[in-house]
Order: sequence, then C-alpha cells, then structure tokens
Amino acid sequence: MPEASTPSGAAPAHTTPPSTTTTTGATIALEDLTKRYSGTPAPAVENVNMDIKAGELVVFVGPSGCGKTTTMKMINRLIEPTSGRIRIDDEDVTGIDPVRLRRKVGYAIQSSGLFPHMTVAQNIALVPKLIGWSKAKVKSRIEEMLDLVGLDAGEFQGRYPRQLSGGQQQRVGVARALAADPPVLLMDEPFGAVDPITRDHLQDELIRLQHELHKTIVFVTHDFDEAIKLGDRIAVLRERSHIAQFDTPEAILTNPADDFVSGFVGAGAALKRLNLTRVRDVEIVDFPTATIDDPLQYLFDMLRHGSTNEVLLLDRYRRPYKWLRRGDLMRAKGSLARAGTLVHDTVTRDATLRDALEAVLTDNAGRVAVTGRRGEYTGVVDMETLMNSVQQLLEEDRLEAVEHQHALLEQRAHQTRREQEGATAVRPEDLS
Amino acid sequence: MNFWEYIGNRYAQLLTDTYQHASAVFQCMVVATLIGVLIGVATYRSEWAGNLAITSTATVLTVPSLAMIGLLIPVTGLGVAPTVTALILYGLLPIVRNAIVGLRGVDPTLVDAAKGIGMSRLSRLLRVELPLAWPPILTGIRVSTQMLMGIAAIGAYSSGPGLGNEIFRGISSLGSANALNQVLAGTLGIVILALVFDAVYVLIGRLTISRGIRA
Repeated sequence: MPEASTPSGAAPAHTTPPSTTTTTGATIALEDLTKRYSGTPAPAVENVNMDIKAGELVVFVGPSGCGKTTTMKMINRLIEPTSGRIRIDDEDVTGIDPVRLRRKVGYAIQSSGLFPHMTVAQNIALVPKLIGWSKAKVKSRIEEMLDLVGLDAGEFQGRYPRQLSGGQQQRVGVARALAADPPVLLMDEPFGAVDPITRDHLQDELIRLQHELHKTIVFVTHDFDEAIKLGDRIAVLRERSHIAQFDTPEAILTNPADDFVSGFVGAGAALKRLNLTRVRDVEIVDFPTATIDDPLQYLFDMLRHGSTNEVLLLDRYRRPYKWLRRGDLMRAKGSLARAGTLVHDTVTRDATLRDALEAVLTDNAGRVAVTGRRGEYTGVVDMETLMNSVQQLLEEDRLEAVEHQHALLEQRAHQTRREQEGATAVRPEDLS
Repeated sequence: MNFWEYIGNRYAQLLTDTYQHASAVFQCMVVATLIGVLIGVATYRSEWAGNLAITSTATVLTVPSLAMIGLLIPVTGLGVAPTVTALILYGLLPIVRNAIVGLRGVDPTLVDAAKGIGMSRLSRLLRVELPLAWPPILTGIRVSTQMLMGIAAIGAYSSGPGLGNEIFRGISSLGSANALNQVLAGTLGIVILALVFDAVYVLIGRLTISRGIRA
C-alpha cells in the first residue's frame, strides 16, 4: 500500500508547510473503519486505515458507490461505524456524544444545504449560537465569515437562500460550516451542482481559503481533475472504500499504483501534470521592452541596432500593451497609435502551466507576457521554455517515481520477511 | 316578522350564540392542533406508525357527527363535554395528516445538514423540521376549522353551545312564524364566522411563514 511516505517538494504551491504556527487543523486517524449494513453480505466500507495530517486537504475520489461518502460521513458519525475507530487530534471520538463531535467538525454538502426559511445571517449564526457565543460575537462572526468567502456582508446577510445564485449559496454553505471555527472541515461534493465556470471559481476560492486557515479538510468528489487541483494528497478509492492509492497528485499522475488508478486518472496525465505547476516555477525570460512614453527615436534605435526585431511596448503602468515589430514601425510613419498588435492575453505568475500553454498556443508568435500582481510586466514565457520545463518536470517525476517504487518494494519485502518470521515463531506453540 | 326584524329583535341572543360558537371552535382547534402536531411528530419517522395515525383519525371522520355525539352522551353526559370531545376528534385528521406529510416532505439533505452541523434532535425539530413543515400544517388547521364550524352546530343536539341551537330550534318548530328565520340566522352566522376565521388564518400565515419559503 502506498501510504504516508510521500515524496515532497515536487510542487511548492501544493504542499502546505509542515510547521506553521497558524495551523488550526487537527490530525485525523481512521483505524480499521468498517461499515456493514444489515441485509447486505458485503460491507459498504471495509477496514479503512488512513492518517491525515493537521492542515492537510485530502480528497477522497472514486467512482460512485465506492463508499467515499460513507467513509467521510463516519468521520462526523452521520453514519455510525460498525467497527474500527476514529481519532481526531488523538482523541478517540468513536464513543463521544455525536452532537459534541459535530460541533468540532464543519460540514458542507452538495447544493449547499442552507435552510431556506432562514436568512444568510441566521444560517451562519446557527452553530455559534448553539455553542453559546454572545450576540455581539456572533454578529461580528457573520460579517467575518461572509467577508472570508467573498460576499458583501451588508448586501447578503439579510437575504434568503432562494435569492442567491448557486455559487453564492455554496459560499454561504462554506461560511456556515466554518462559522464555529472547527479544526476539521468535511466537504461532500460541495461544487457538484454548480456550473463549470462557477465551480472553477469556487475551487480557486477554496485554495485561497485553505492557505489562510490551514484547516484539515476532507473533500469528497468523483471528479479526478477537481481532486488534482485541490488535494494536498488524494485517496483514490475503489469499491468498499479500499484505498487504491493515497499519495500526492504528482505521484498519482506519474506513478499510478495499478490499472484501476491509471484508469481513473484517465488519458492525458502529462497534460494534467501541467495543472500542478505554476508559471512562477518555470523560467521566465526577459524581453526587450519600452514604454509608450519613450520617444519614437529611441524605439527606432532599439529595433535597428538591438539584437531583436521585436519590442514589447508597455503602457503608463508598465502593463503589456503592444507587440511591436521592426516592420510595424516602418509602416507607422511617426505615430504609434495604429502600429503593432495589441496584447490580448497575459498570464499571472500564479497561473498554471496549462493556462500558459493555452495562451502560447493561441498566440501567433508563440509567447505570452507574464504579469505581476497589478498587471505589470515581469517577463515572457515562450514555447521553448515551456517545453523544456515540462520535460524536466516529467523527468524529475519519473526519477522520483522509481525511487518511490524502490522504497515500496523494500518495505514489502521487509513485511513479508517479518510475517514469515512470525509464522515460524508460532509453530512451536502450535505443536505443544 | 321578516328576517331583518328577527335579527333586530334577537340580536343579543344571536351574539351570545355566535360568541359561544366561535369560542368553542377556537378552543377545540387549539387543543386539536396541539394533539395533532404531537401525534405527527411522534409518528412521522415510522412508516407504520404514521400510517396508523392517519388511518385511525380518518376512521373517526367517517362516523356521522350526530351519531358521534349520540354515542358520547352516555360517556360524558349532556352539555359542553360531548360537543368539545367530538370537535377535537374530528379536528385531528387534517392536522395529523398534514403534519405527517409535511414533516416527511422536509428535504432529507436539509435534515442531514442540520445533523451534520451539530444540531441536537430537539433543535433540529424545532428550528428546521417544524418551520419547514409549518405551511402544510397551517393548511391542515384551516381545513379543520372550516369543518368544525359546521360540526359544532350539531353540538346543540346534546345541548351544547353555539349557533346550532338557533338552527335546531327552527327545525323543531317548522311551520311556525320564525322557524325559517331561525334556521337562516344560525346558518348565516356560521358562514360569516367561517369566513372571518379564514381571514385570520391568512394573516397568521403571513406573519408566521418565513419569507424564504413563502410561495
């Protein structure tokens, strides 16, 4: 079983630092968790063992009916496990009052689960009120939570759920789940019912949120791309919630444990790999630039004597404005207004390599300008750099995968040896 | 003596009867609502218990009201008691049925969400399930009230209170000068009362059903 021993350092954007002081997450340990329904011979979930680190976002992904939701619902005991135990921060919660447990574990579900007869504010205030927060504290918490999920408190707190769009409802759902500041958050296909664009947006928001809060999040989905995008680690589950592979997205993409996992990863693993790397991680090359305030003569000189025959023109705020070629300047006849081609696509340093590739492919000269936080120019990525970095990344992944496999084999061999030793040790007693 | 002169002559008596009629129906409705909702809450989660509650209250309704009061007299004696008992029994069915249907109709994902965020059984019931089931329950109460308005008139048979006395008096003296007036006054009084009650329920609905779920 590929577990725990994760290769680290593949993509800094995706692995949370192990020792942050702000971490409010708790560890979760599932031990031999089993759920058996009466009347069915096979258990719905069988012997799940899993260690989830504090502040980690773990995604359960698998085909429908594989028991991923059942496994998640056993963590807050919406479904009582038949056997096995759950520890949150080393406290065995299998026997405690479920209501007390659930107040420490936030819960967000598909189609938001907001109560339609309560306003946004009342929905968010529910749990804080239940645990006895003061009125003033609850009130400020409502505003804080709405702010956190990117909704204007003044505009939204008096609204009823039906007056919100699907995406807004989902945000409020997350705000409600986080209202009482639980260390653990369970999310059951929370973005399953919204349109693709909104879903993309909500996923970005969740990543940002997690960077701020460092909760321990268990996220259930059947969408592998969503799992790759969000997960620090992904547990690919097969029927009866057997863990087919539990590892970082990088490791799963480059080294799927078996046919089931590779079938689930689907085609285009190399393309999906591009989603895991950010523009900031690859080499950004410099490009000759000038600003529109520079005198025309300066541009002429640059293009005539410089090594390049193209210049990126920046506007007053140093934002990419136009690509200017030598020929354009000749035709411009003293005015820049109509010369060159406008920059219509840029990427930020946080964009994925996939976005960058997309932009490069649609650009007729095969490059895209990279911008900083305020849209200012920081460099250019072109086809060549992109190709090189992707090849390098895949090579690194491959090496890592080989190492990983070695470690696994060794571990397995060790285990077999131990079992054999154990078997021989039993024999004398059997004889007596 | 025409109808209006009759009303003018007897308005004190008529007002008393109307008041008693309304008061009997109102009080019986309060009790029937409490009992009905309690039965609903106690039985809606079990398939057979819920169906049993609905069937048995429905069976009560098939007994003719005159027979019901007649049957109750040996048990409770004459006067207010048999009327009130009969009214409460008849009033139960629509409330019990709508409470059970309403509570069962609450979206299970919402109940799941309520559980998941850590609400206890009681707060789930009081803050989520009952408020969401309240519109159908209120409809049940409305239907019940309409029904009881008519049934309460039969109460006069066992010397119960209300406008039924007017009607019964008219029927027993059929052919006399005021017989028709009496029946007419009693009937009209009941119709007007029913309309007034209905208006009040519309108002109660406005005030108690959350804007978030109002149709």
